[in-house]
Amino acid sequence: MLAPAPSPIAIDRLVKRYKTVTAVDGISFTIEAGSCTALLGGNGAGKTTTISTIMGLVEPTSGHVTVLGVEMPRHRHRVLHRMNFESPYVNMPMRLTVRQNLNVFGMLYGCDDIAGRIRTLSEEFDMGEFLDRPAGKLSAGQKTRVAVAKSLINDPEILLLDEPTASLDPDTADWVRGRLEHYRRERGATVLLASHNMSEVERLCDRVIMLKQGKIEDDDTPAGLIARYGRSNLEEVFLDIARGTGEAREAAQ
Amino acid sequence: MSLSPSARSPKYAAFSLRRVFAMVLRHSYLLATSWPRLLDLMYWPAVQMLMWGFLQIYVSQNSGAVVQTATTFIGAVMLWDVLFRGQLGFSISFLEEMYARNMGNLMMSPLRPIEFVLALTIQSVIRLSIGMVPVSFLAIWFFDFNLWGMGLALAVFFMNLLLTSWAIGIVVSGVLLRHGLGAENLAWGLMFLMLPFTCVYYPVSVLPSWLQVVAWTLPPTYVFEGMRALLIDHVFRADLMVQAFALNAVLFAAGVAVFLVLLRSARREGTLLQGGD
Repeated sequence: MLAPAPSPIAIDRLVKRYKTVTAVDGISFTIEAGSCTALLGGNGAGKTTTISTIMGLVEPTSGHVTVLGVEMPRHRHRVLHRMNFESPYVNMPMRLTVRQNLNVFGMLYGCDDIAGRIRTLSEEFDMGEFLDRPAGKLSAGQKTRVAVAKSLINDPEILLLDEPTASLDPDTADWVRGRLEHYRRERGATVLLASHNMSEVERLCDRVIMLKQGKIEDDDTPAGLIARYGRSNLEEVFLDIARGTGEAREAAQ
Repeated sequence: MSLSPSARSPKYAAFSLRRVFAMVLRHSYLLATSWPRLLDLMYWPAVQMLMWGFLQIYVSQNSGAVVQTATTFIGAVMLWDVLFRGQLGFSISFLEEMYARNMGNLMMSPLRPIEFVLALTIQSVIRLSIGMVPVSFLAIWFFDFNLWGMGLALAVFFMNLLLTSWAIGIVVSGVLLRHGLGAENLAWGLMFLMLPFTCVYYPVSVLPSWLQVVAWTLPPTYVFEGMRALLIDHVFRADLMVQAFALNAVLFAAGVAVFLVLLRSARREGTLLQGGD
Protein backbone atom coordinates (compact mmCIF):
# COMPACT_ATOMS: atom_id res chain seq x y z
CA MET A 1 0.00 0.00 0.00
CA LEU A 2 1.29 3.46 -0.86
CA ALA A 3 2.18 5.76 2.01
CA PRO A 4 -0.02 8.87 2.20
CA ALA A 5 1.48 11.93 0.51
CA PRO A 6 3.13 14.28 3.00
CA SER A 7 1.48 17.63 3.77
CA PRO A 8 2.66 20.24 1.29
CA ILE A 9 3.77 22.38 4.23
CA ALA A 10 4.39 21.10 7.76
CA ILE A 11 5.75 23.21 10.59
CA ASP A 12 6.72 21.57 13.83
CA ARG A 13 7.58 23.60 16.95
CA LEU A 14 9.25 26.31 14.90
CA VAL A 15 11.26 28.86 16.86
CA LYS A 16 13.17 31.73 15.31
CA ARG A 17 15.18 34.12 17.44
CA TYR A 18 17.15 37.11 16.17
CA LYS A 19 19.63 37.92 18.93
CA THR A 20 17.27 39.05 21.73
CA VAL A 21 14.04 39.12 19.69
CA THR A 22 11.88 36.03 19.35
CA ALA A 23 10.10 36.43 16.01
CA VAL A 24 8.43 33.00 16.00
CA ASP A 25 7.82 31.16 19.25
CA GLY A 26 7.17 27.45 18.90
CA ILE A 27 4.40 27.31 16.30
CA SER A 28 3.18 24.10 14.67
CA PHE A 29 0.73 23.59 11.83
CA THR A 30 0.25 21.61 8.65
CA ILE A 31 -1.42 22.75 5.48
CA GLU A 32 -3.62 20.56 3.33
CA ALA A 33 -2.93 20.04 -0.34
CA GLY A 34 -4.99 22.32 -2.58
CA SER A 35 -6.05 24.62 0.25
CA CYS A 36 -5.61 28.36 0.63
CA THR A 37 -4.49 29.38 4.10
CA ALA A 38 -4.01 32.89 5.39
CA LEU A 39 -1.34 33.81 7.87
CA LEU A 40 -2.64 36.87 9.69
CA GLY A 41 -1.26 39.08 12.40
CA GLY A 42 -0.16 42.61 13.14
CA ASN A 43 3.25 43.97 12.25
CA GLY A 44 5.94 41.91 13.96
CA ALA A 45 3.60 38.96 14.56
CA GLY A 46 6.00 36.62 12.74
CA LYS A 47 4.27 36.19 9.36
CA THR A 48 7.20 37.16 7.14
CA THR A 49 9.66 35.14 9.23
CA THR A 50 7.40 32.09 9.00
CA ILE A 51 7.02 32.44 5.23
CA SER A 52 10.77 33.09 4.82
CA THR A 53 11.48 29.91 6.76
CA ILE A 54 9.14 27.95 4.52
CA MET A 55 10.99 29.37 1.50
CA GLY A 56 14.32 28.32 2.99
CA LEU A 57 15.56 31.91 3.24
CA VAL A 58 15.74 31.80 7.03
CA GLU A 59 17.20 29.01 9.15
CA PRO A 60 15.09 28.03 12.19
CA THR A 61 16.62 28.41 15.64
CA SER A 62 14.84 25.15 16.48
CA GLY A 63 12.00 23.04 15.19
CA HIS A 64 11.36 21.69 11.72
CA VAL A 65 9.90 22.99 8.49
CA THR A 66 9.15 20.51 5.72
CA VAL A 67 7.88 21.38 2.27
CA LEU A 68 6.58 18.57 0.05
CA GLY A 69 8.22 16.19 2.49
CA VAL A 70 11.62 17.85 2.28
CA GLU A 71 13.42 19.46 5.24
CA MET A 72 13.98 23.21 4.80
CA PRO A 73 16.33 24.92 4.37
CA ARG A 74 18.73 21.96 4.27
CA HIS A 75 17.32 20.19 1.19
CA ARG A 76 15.50 23.17 -0.32
CA HIS A 77 16.95 22.59 -3.80
CA ARG A 78 14.90 19.40 -4.12
CA VAL A 79 11.64 21.34 -4.05
CA LEU A 80 12.33 24.97 -4.99
CA HIS A 81 11.38 24.29 -8.63
CA ARG A 82 7.94 23.16 -7.43
CA MET A 83 7.14 26.32 -5.50
CA ASN A 84 7.21 30.07 -6.04
CA PHE A 85 6.42 33.29 -4.26
CA GLU A 86 5.43 36.89 -4.60
CA SER A 87 6.43 39.53 -2.10
CA PRO A 88 6.59 43.32 -1.88
CA TYR A 89 10.07 42.91 -0.35
CA VAL A 90 11.54 42.00 -3.73
CA ASN A 91 11.47 43.53 -7.19
CA MET A 92 12.38 42.33 -10.60
CA PRO A 93 15.31 43.99 -12.40
CA MET A 94 13.95 47.35 -13.53
CA ARG A 95 15.88 47.79 -16.76
CA LEU A 96 14.91 44.41 -18.15
CA THR A 97 11.66 44.19 -20.05
CA VAL A 98 8.82 42.10 -18.67
CA ARG A 99 9.49 39.45 -21.33
CA GLN A 100 13.23 39.34 -20.52
CA ASN A 101 12.50 39.01 -16.80
CA LEU A 102 10.02 36.20 -17.32
CA ASN A 103 12.44 34.50 -19.71
CA VAL A 104 15.24 34.58 -17.13
CA PHE A 105 12.99 33.25 -14.36
CA GLY A 106 11.56 30.62 -16.71
CA MET A 107 15.11 29.36 -17.28
CA LEU A 108 15.97 29.48 -13.58
CA TYR A 109 12.89 27.39 -12.78
CA GLY A 110 13.61 24.90 -15.56
CA CYS A 111 10.44 25.59 -17.58
CA ASP A 112 10.19 23.63 -20.83
CA ASP A 113 8.30 25.93 -23.18
CA ILE A 114 9.13 29.36 -21.84
CA ALA A 115 7.85 31.33 -24.83
CA GLY A 116 4.54 29.46 -24.65
CA ARG A 117 4.28 29.96 -20.91
CA ILE A 118 4.97 33.70 -21.25
CA ARG A 119 2.29 33.89 -23.96
CA THR A 120 -0.23 32.15 -21.71
CA LEU A 121 0.58 34.33 -18.70
CA SER A 122 0.52 37.43 -20.86
CA GLU A 123 -3.03 36.58 -21.95
CA GLU A 124 -4.19 35.60 -18.47
CA PHE A 125 -2.77 38.73 -16.84
CA ASP A 126 -3.46 41.05 -19.74
CA MET A 127 0.21 42.00 -20.11
CA GLY A 128 0.46 42.10 -23.90
CA GLU A 129 0.50 45.88 -23.99
CA PHE A 130 3.61 46.17 -21.79
CA LEU A 131 5.38 42.84 -22.31
CA ASP A 132 8.31 44.55 -24.04
CA ARG A 133 8.47 47.56 -21.73
CA PRO A 134 11.15 47.79 -18.99
CA ALA A 135 9.78 46.59 -15.64
CA GLY A 136 10.82 49.88 -14.03
CA LYS A 137 8.51 51.87 -16.29
CA LEU A 138 5.31 50.10 -15.26
CA SER A 139 2.60 51.41 -12.97
CA ALA A 140 2.23 49.85 -9.50
CA GLY A 141 -0.70 47.77 -10.72
CA GLN A 142 1.18 46.51 -13.77
CA LYS A 143 4.21 45.66 -11.61
CA THR A 144 2.04 43.58 -9.29
CA ARG A 145 0.54 41.72 -12.24
CA VAL A 146 4.04 40.96 -13.53
CA ALA A 147 5.17 39.85 -10.07
CA VAL A 148 2.21 37.49 -9.79
CA ALA A 149 2.86 36.23 -13.33
CA LYS A 150 6.49 35.57 -12.36
CA SER A 151 5.29 33.61 -9.34
CA LEU A 152 3.29 31.35 -11.68
CA ILE A 153 5.99 30.94 -14.36
CA ASN A 154 6.84 27.40 -13.22
CA ASP A 155 3.24 26.34 -12.64
CA PRO A 156 4.01 25.88 -8.92
CA GLU A 157 2.36 23.34 -6.64
CA ILE A 158 2.96 25.66 -3.69
CA LEU A 159 2.45 29.39 -3.93
CA LEU A 160 3.51 31.74 -1.16
CA LEU A 161 2.00 35.20 -1.37
CA ASP A 162 2.95 38.13 0.82
CA GLU A 163 0.50 41.02 0.42
CA PRO A 164 -0.27 40.13 -3.23
CA THR A 165 -2.62 43.05 -3.79
CA ALA A 166 -0.92 45.77 -1.75
CA SER A 167 -0.91 49.16 -3.51
CA LEU A 168 -3.50 48.09 -6.08
CA ASP A 169 -6.74 49.94 -6.74
CA PRO A 170 -9.84 47.95 -5.69
CA ASP A 171 -10.73 47.01 -9.27
CA THR A 172 -7.27 45.67 -10.16
CA ALA A 173 -6.93 43.98 -6.75
CA ASP A 174 -10.25 42.21 -7.30
CA TRP A 175 -9.12 41.13 -10.75
CA VAL A 176 -5.80 39.73 -9.42
CA ARG A 177 -7.67 37.83 -6.69
CA GLY A 178 -9.86 36.33 -9.38
CA ARG A 179 -6.79 35.14 -11.30
CA LEU A 180 -5.25 33.63 -8.18
CA GLU A 181 -8.49 31.85 -7.31
CA HIS A 182 -8.70 30.51 -10.84
CA TYR A 183 -5.10 29.29 -10.74
CA ARG A 184 -5.55 27.46 -7.45
CA ARG A 185 -8.73 25.76 -8.67
CA GLU A 186 -7.30 24.74 -12.02
CA ARG A 187 -3.89 23.64 -10.74
CA GLY A 188 -4.98 22.27 -7.38
CA ALA A 189 -2.16 24.36 -5.92
CA THR A 190 -1.58 24.94 -2.24
CA VAL A 191 -1.53 28.63 -1.36
CA LEU A 192 -0.22 30.32 1.78
CA LEU A 193 -1.07 33.97 1.96
CA ALA A 194 0.00 36.76 4.29
CA SER A 195 -2.22 39.79 4.02
CA HIS A 196 -3.62 42.73 5.90
CA ASN A 197 -6.62 42.88 3.62
CA MET A 198 -9.36 40.99 5.46
CA SER A 199 -11.87 40.98 2.64
CA GLU A 200 -9.18 39.40 0.47
CA VAL A 201 -8.65 36.69 3.07
CA GLU A 202 -12.39 36.05 3.41
CA ARG A 203 -12.69 35.68 -0.33
CA LEU A 204 -9.61 33.56 -1.07
CA CYS A 205 -8.92 31.48 2.02
CA ASP A 206 -10.56 28.47 3.56
CA ARG A 207 -8.44 28.65 6.69
CA VAL A 208 -6.95 31.44 8.81
CA ILE A 209 -4.01 31.13 11.18
CA MET A 210 -3.82 34.14 13.48
CA LEU A 211 -0.36 34.99 14.78
CA LYS A 212 0.44 37.29 17.66
CA GLN A 213 3.92 37.90 19.06
CA GLY A 214 5.24 34.83 17.31
CA LYS A 215 2.58 32.41 18.60
CA ILE A 216 -0.57 31.00 17.05
CA GLU A 217 -3.46 32.85 18.66
CA ASP A 218 -6.25 31.14 16.74
CA ASP A 219 -6.80 28.81 13.80
CA ASP A 220 -10.11 28.26 12.02
CA THR A 221 -12.08 28.92 8.85
CA PRO A 222 -12.94 32.59 8.24
CA ALA A 223 -16.63 31.85 8.88
CA GLY A 224 -15.77 29.85 12.00
CA LEU A 225 -13.70 32.70 13.44
CA ILE A 226 -16.36 35.29 12.69
CA ALA A 227 -19.03 33.13 14.34
CA ARG A 228 -16.96 32.28 17.43
CA TYR A 229 -15.96 35.87 18.04
CA GLY A 230 -19.50 37.05 17.46
CA ARG A 231 -18.40 39.54 14.83
CA SER A 232 -19.73 40.46 11.42
CA ASN A 233 -16.45 40.26 9.50
CA LEU A 234 -12.85 39.12 9.75
CA GLU A 235 -11.50 42.62 10.25
CA GLU A 236 -13.33 42.89 13.57
CA VAL A 237 -12.00 39.49 14.60
CA PHE A 238 -8.50 40.62 13.66
CA LEU A 239 -8.86 43.71 15.84
CA ASP A 240 -10.15 41.66 18.75
CA ILE A 241 -7.17 39.35 18.55
CA ALA A 242 -4.59 42.05 17.87
CA ARG A 243 -5.85 44.19 20.76
CA GLY A 244 -6.65 41.25 23.00
CA THR A 245 -10.19 42.59 23.48
CA GLY A 246 -11.58 40.71 26.47
CA GLU A 247 -15.22 40.01 25.79
CA ALA A 248 -14.86 38.76 22.27
CA ARG A 249 -11.95 36.50 23.22
CA GLU A 250 -13.83 35.02 26.10
CA ALA A 251 -16.79 34.49 23.84
CA ALA A 252 -14.54 32.75 21.35
CA GLN A 253 -13.19 30.47 24.04
CA MET B 1 15.23 3.58 0.37
CA SER B 2 13.37 5.19 -2.50
CA LEU B 3 13.79 8.76 -3.56
CA SER B 4 11.01 11.25 -2.93
CA PRO B 5 9.14 12.37 -6.07
CA SER B 6 10.81 15.76 -5.87
CA ALA B 7 14.27 14.21 -5.81
CA ARG B 8 13.41 12.15 -8.90
CA SER B 9 12.18 15.13 -10.84
CA PRO B 10 14.28 15.95 -13.91
CA LYS B 11 14.18 19.62 -12.89
CA TYR B 12 15.92 18.78 -9.63
CA ALA B 13 19.52 18.91 -10.78
CA ALA B 14 22.55 19.39 -8.57
CA PHE B 15 24.05 21.60 -11.24
CA SER B 16 22.44 23.20 -14.27
CA LEU B 17 24.27 25.05 -17.03
CA ARG B 18 20.91 26.44 -18.11
CA ARG B 19 20.55 28.28 -14.81
CA VAL B 20 24.09 29.63 -15.18
CA PHE B 21 23.22 30.80 -18.68
CA ALA B 22 20.02 32.41 -17.36
CA MET B 23 22.06 34.58 -15.00
CA VAL B 24 24.59 35.47 -17.69
CA LEU B 25 21.69 36.38 -19.97
CA ARG B 26 20.10 38.53 -17.24
CA HIS B 27 23.28 40.62 -16.91
CA SER B 28 23.83 40.76 -20.66
CA TYR B 29 20.32 42.18 -21.06
CA LEU B 30 21.27 44.81 -18.51
CA LEU B 31 24.55 45.79 -20.19
CA ALA B 32 22.99 45.84 -23.65
CA THR B 33 20.41 48.42 -22.60
CA SER B 34 22.66 50.72 -20.57
CA TRP B 35 25.31 52.73 -22.40
CA PRO B 36 26.47 54.49 -19.19
CA ARG B 37 27.38 51.08 -17.78
CA LEU B 38 29.26 50.16 -20.96
CA LEU B 39 31.11 53.48 -21.01
CA ASP B 40 32.05 53.11 -17.35
CA LEU B 41 33.69 49.76 -18.12
CA MET B 42 36.15 51.45 -20.51
CA TYR B 43 36.55 54.87 -18.93
CA TRP B 44 38.91 54.23 -15.98
CA PRO B 45 41.11 51.61 -17.69
CA ALA B 46 41.63 54.09 -20.55
CA VAL B 47 42.43 57.00 -18.20
CA GLN B 48 44.84 54.86 -16.15
CA MET B 49 46.60 53.53 -19.22
CA LEU B 50 47.08 57.01 -20.68
CA MET B 51 48.38 58.49 -17.41
CA TRP B 52 50.89 55.69 -16.73
CA GLY B 53 51.87 55.57 -20.39
CA PHE B 54 52.87 59.22 -20.45
CA LEU B 55 54.67 58.81 -17.12
CA GLN B 56 56.58 55.89 -18.65
CA ILE B 57 57.62 58.04 -21.58
CA TYR B 58 58.80 60.81 -19.23
CA VAL B 59 60.82 58.47 -16.97
CA SER B 60 62.30 56.63 -19.95
CA GLN B 61 63.78 59.88 -21.21
CA ASN B 62 66.05 59.88 -18.17
CA SER B 63 68.85 57.42 -17.57
CA GLY B 64 69.66 55.15 -14.67
CA ALA B 65 68.57 51.88 -13.14
CA VAL B 66 65.01 53.01 -12.61
CA VAL B 67 64.44 53.25 -16.34
CA GLN B 68 64.25 49.49 -16.77
CA THR B 69 61.44 49.18 -14.25
CA ALA B 70 59.71 52.25 -15.61
CA THR B 71 59.41 50.62 -19.03
CA THR B 72 56.96 48.15 -17.47
CA PHE B 73 54.48 50.77 -16.25
CA ILE B 74 51.93 50.31 -19.04
CA GLY B 75 52.04 46.52 -18.74
CA ALA B 76 51.75 46.79 -14.96
CA VAL B 77 48.78 49.13 -15.02
CA MET B 78 46.97 46.97 -17.57
CA LEU B 79 47.54 43.79 -15.59
CA TRP B 80 46.52 45.61 -12.41
CA ASP B 81 43.32 46.55 -14.20
CA VAL B 82 42.73 42.89 -15.04
CA LEU B 83 42.96 42.14 -11.32
CA PHE B 84 40.92 45.12 -10.14
CA ARG B 85 38.32 45.15 -12.93
CA GLY B 86 37.96 41.37 -12.72
CA GLN B 87 36.95 41.66 -9.07
CA LEU B 88 34.82 44.72 -9.77
CA GLY B 89 33.03 42.95 -12.63
CA PHE B 90 32.19 40.11 -10.27
CA SER B 91 31.16 42.30 -7.35
CA ILE B 92 29.19 44.85 -9.37
CA SER B 93 27.15 42.12 -11.04
CA PHE B 94 26.35 40.91 -7.54
CA LEU B 95 25.59 44.44 -6.35
CA GLU B 96 23.23 44.94 -9.31
CA GLU B 97 21.01 42.22 -7.80
CA MET B 98 20.97 44.06 -4.49
CA TYR B 99 20.31 47.45 -6.08
CA ALA B 100 17.42 45.85 -8.03
CA ARG B 101 16.09 44.15 -4.83
CA ASN B 102 16.18 40.93 -6.80
CA MET B 103 18.22 38.85 -4.34
CA GLY B 104 15.13 37.36 -2.67
CA ASN B 105 13.83 36.19 -6.05
CA LEU B 106 17.16 34.51 -6.81
CA MET B 107 17.64 32.96 -3.38
CA MET B 108 14.12 31.53 -3.53
CA SER B 109 14.65 30.14 -7.04
CA PRO B 110 16.38 26.81 -7.80
CA LEU B 111 19.58 28.72 -8.59
CA ARG B 112 22.40 27.19 -6.54
CA PRO B 113 25.20 29.23 -4.98
CA ILE B 114 27.82 27.53 -7.15
CA GLU B 115 25.80 28.36 -10.28
CA PHE B 116 25.46 31.95 -9.15
CA VAL B 117 29.20 32.18 -8.53
CA LEU B 118 29.97 30.63 -11.92
CA ALA B 119 27.63 33.09 -13.66
CA LEU B 120 29.35 35.97 -11.88
CA THR B 121 32.79 34.75 -13.01
CA ILE B 122 31.57 34.60 -16.61
CA GLN B 123 30.07 38.05 -16.25
CA SER B 124 33.37 39.28 -14.81
CA VAL B 125 35.18 38.09 -17.97
CA ILE B 126 32.56 39.71 -20.21
CA ARG B 127 32.82 43.04 -18.38
CA LEU B 128 36.60 42.86 -18.33
CA SER B 129 36.74 42.15 -22.05
CA ILE B 130 34.46 45.08 -22.85
CA GLY B 131 36.73 47.36 -20.82
CA MET B 132 40.20 46.01 -21.53
CA VAL B 133 40.21 44.90 -25.16
CA PRO B 134 39.63 48.41 -26.60
CA VAL B 135 42.13 49.84 -24.09
CA SER B 136 44.79 47.31 -25.11
CA PHE B 137 44.44 48.50 -28.72
CA LEU B 138 44.63 52.12 -27.57
CA ALA B 139 47.95 51.24 -25.86
CA ILE B 140 49.33 50.00 -29.18
CA TRP B 141 48.20 53.16 -30.93
CA PHE B 142 49.43 55.62 -28.30
CA PHE B 143 52.54 53.99 -26.89
CA ASP B 144 53.41 51.18 -29.25
CA PHE B 145 52.87 48.78 -26.33
CA ASN B 146 51.38 45.48 -27.46
CA LEU B 147 49.96 43.57 -24.51
CA TRP B 148 48.97 40.75 -26.88
CA GLY B 149 52.65 40.39 -27.80
CA MET B 150 53.16 38.61 -24.47
CA GLY B 151 51.44 35.62 -26.09
CA LEU B 152 51.00 32.55 -23.91
CA ALA B 153 52.49 34.35 -20.92
CA LEU B 154 49.65 36.85 -21.08
CA ALA B 155 47.11 34.02 -20.91
CA VAL B 156 48.85 32.62 -17.82
CA PHE B 157 49.07 36.07 -16.18
CA PHE B 158 45.44 36.68 -17.06
CA MET B 159 44.20 33.39 -15.57
CA ASN B 160 46.13 33.90 -12.35
CA LEU B 161 44.91 37.45 -11.88
CA LEU B 162 41.33 36.46 -12.64
CA LEU B 163 41.44 33.64 -10.09
CA THR B 164 42.61 36.09 -7.42
CA SER B 165 39.99 38.65 -8.44
CA TRP B 166 37.21 36.04 -8.25
CA ALA B 167 38.37 34.81 -4.85
CA ILE B 168 38.20 38.36 -3.49
CA GLY B 169 34.89 38.96 -5.32
CA ILE B 170 33.36 35.86 -3.74
CA VAL B 171 34.34 36.99 -0.23
CA VAL B 172 32.98 40.50 -0.87
CA SER B 173 29.69 38.99 -2.11
CA GLY B 174 29.40 36.91 1.05
CA VAL B 175 29.95 39.99 3.21
CA LEU B 176 27.29 41.86 1.19
CA LEU B 177 24.80 39.03 1.67
CA ARG B 178 25.43 38.98 5.38
CA HIS B 179 25.71 42.72 6.08
CA GLY B 180 23.79 44.30 3.20
CA LEU B 181 24.66 47.38 1.19
CA GLY B 182 26.34 48.94 4.23
CA ALA B 183 29.37 46.89 3.19
CA GLU B 184 29.25 48.14 -0.41
CA ASN B 185 32.50 50.11 -0.11
CA LEU B 186 34.39 46.85 0.31
CA ALA B 187 33.52 46.03 -3.29
CA TRP B 188 35.24 49.18 -4.47
CA GLY B 189 38.13 49.38 -2.05
CA LEU B 190 39.22 45.96 -0.81
CA MET B 191 41.47 45.22 -3.76
CA PHE B 192 43.47 48.41 -3.16
CA LEU B 193 44.71 46.86 0.07
CA MET B 194 46.72 44.55 -2.18
CA LEU B 195 48.16 47.31 -4.33
CA PRO B 196 51.23 48.18 -2.23
CA PHE B 197 52.06 44.58 -1.30
CA THR B 198 51.67 42.88 -4.67
CA CYS B 199 54.40 45.15 -6.09
CA VAL B 200 52.55 46.20 -9.20
CA TYR B 201 54.93 49.01 -10.20
CA TYR B 202 58.16 48.04 -8.42
CA PRO B 203 60.10 44.84 -7.70
CA VAL B 204 59.53 42.90 -4.47
CA SER B 205 63.14 43.63 -3.45
CA VAL B 206 62.10 47.25 -2.77
CA LEU B 207 60.00 46.16 0.24
CA PRO B 208 61.46 45.69 3.73
CA SER B 209 62.27 42.02 4.27
CA TRP B 210 59.30 41.34 6.59
CA LEU B 211 56.91 42.83 4.02
CA GLN B 212 58.48 40.70 1.32
CA VAL B 213 57.23 37.66 3.24
CA VAL B 214 53.71 39.14 3.13
CA ALA B 215 54.07 39.96 -0.57
CA TRP B 216 55.00 36.38 -1.47
CA THR B 217 51.78 35.09 0.14
CA LEU B 218 49.78 37.01 -2.50
CA PRO B 219 49.39 35.35 -5.92
CA PRO B 220 49.43 38.62 -7.95
CA THR B 221 52.97 39.34 -6.67
CA TYR B 222 54.20 36.36 -8.71
CA VAL B 223 52.41 37.65 -11.79
CA PHE B 224 53.89 41.15 -11.57
CA GLU B 225 57.37 39.76 -10.92
CA GLY B 226 56.84 37.42 -13.87
CA MET B 227 55.76 40.32 -16.05
CA ARG B 228 58.90 42.30 -15.19
CA ALA B 229 61.06 39.24 -15.92
CA LEU B 230 59.34 38.94 -19.31
CA LEU B 231 59.51 42.61 -20.29
CA ILE B 232 62.97 43.41 -18.90
CA ASP B 233 64.89 40.11 -19.11
CA HIS B 234 62.74 38.48 -21.81
CA VAL B 235 62.39 35.37 -19.65
CA PHE B 236 59.11 33.57 -18.91
CA ARG B 237 59.28 32.46 -15.26
CA ALA B 238 57.13 29.30 -15.26
CA ASP B 239 58.19 28.61 -11.65
CA LEU B 240 56.54 31.85 -10.51
CA MET B 241 53.35 31.00 -12.38
CA VAL B 242 53.11 27.51 -10.88
CA GLN B 243 53.46 28.99 -7.39
CA ALA B 244 50.81 31.61 -8.24
CA PHE B 245 48.38 28.91 -9.39
CA ALA B 246 48.97 26.91 -6.21
CA LEU B 247 48.34 29.94 -4.00
CA ASN B 248 45.29 30.88 -6.07
CA ALA B 249 43.83 27.40 -5.59
CA VAL B 250 44.11 27.85 -1.83
CA LEU B 251 42.78 31.42 -1.97
CA PHE B 252 39.83 30.44 -4.20
CA ALA B 253 38.88 27.49 -1.98
CA ALA B 254 39.12 29.75 1.08
CA GLY B 255 36.97 32.37 -0.68
CA VAL B 256 34.23 29.81 -1.45
CA ALA B 257 34.37 28.49 2.13
CA VAL B 258 34.04 32.02 3.57
CA PHE B 259 31.14 32.73 1.17
CA LEU B 260 29.26 29.61 2.28
CA VAL B 261 29.80 30.44 5.95
CA LEU B 262 28.51 33.99 5.37
CA LEU B 263 25.54 32.69 3.35
CA ARG B 264 24.63 30.36 6.21
CA SER B 265 25.02 33.22 8.65
CA ALA B 266 22.74 35.39 6.44
CA ARG B 267 20.13 32.60 6.59
CA ARG B 268 20.42 32.51 10.37
CA GLU B 269 20.13 36.29 10.72
CA GLY B 270 17.39 36.63 8.10
CA THR B 271 19.27 39.16 5.98
CA LEU B 272 18.69 37.49 2.58
CA LEU B 273 15.45 39.35 1.98
CA GLN B 274 16.69 42.69 3.26
CA GLY B 275 19.82 43.85 1.48
CA GLY B 276 19.62 47.34 2.98
CA ASP B 277 22.31 48.92 5.08
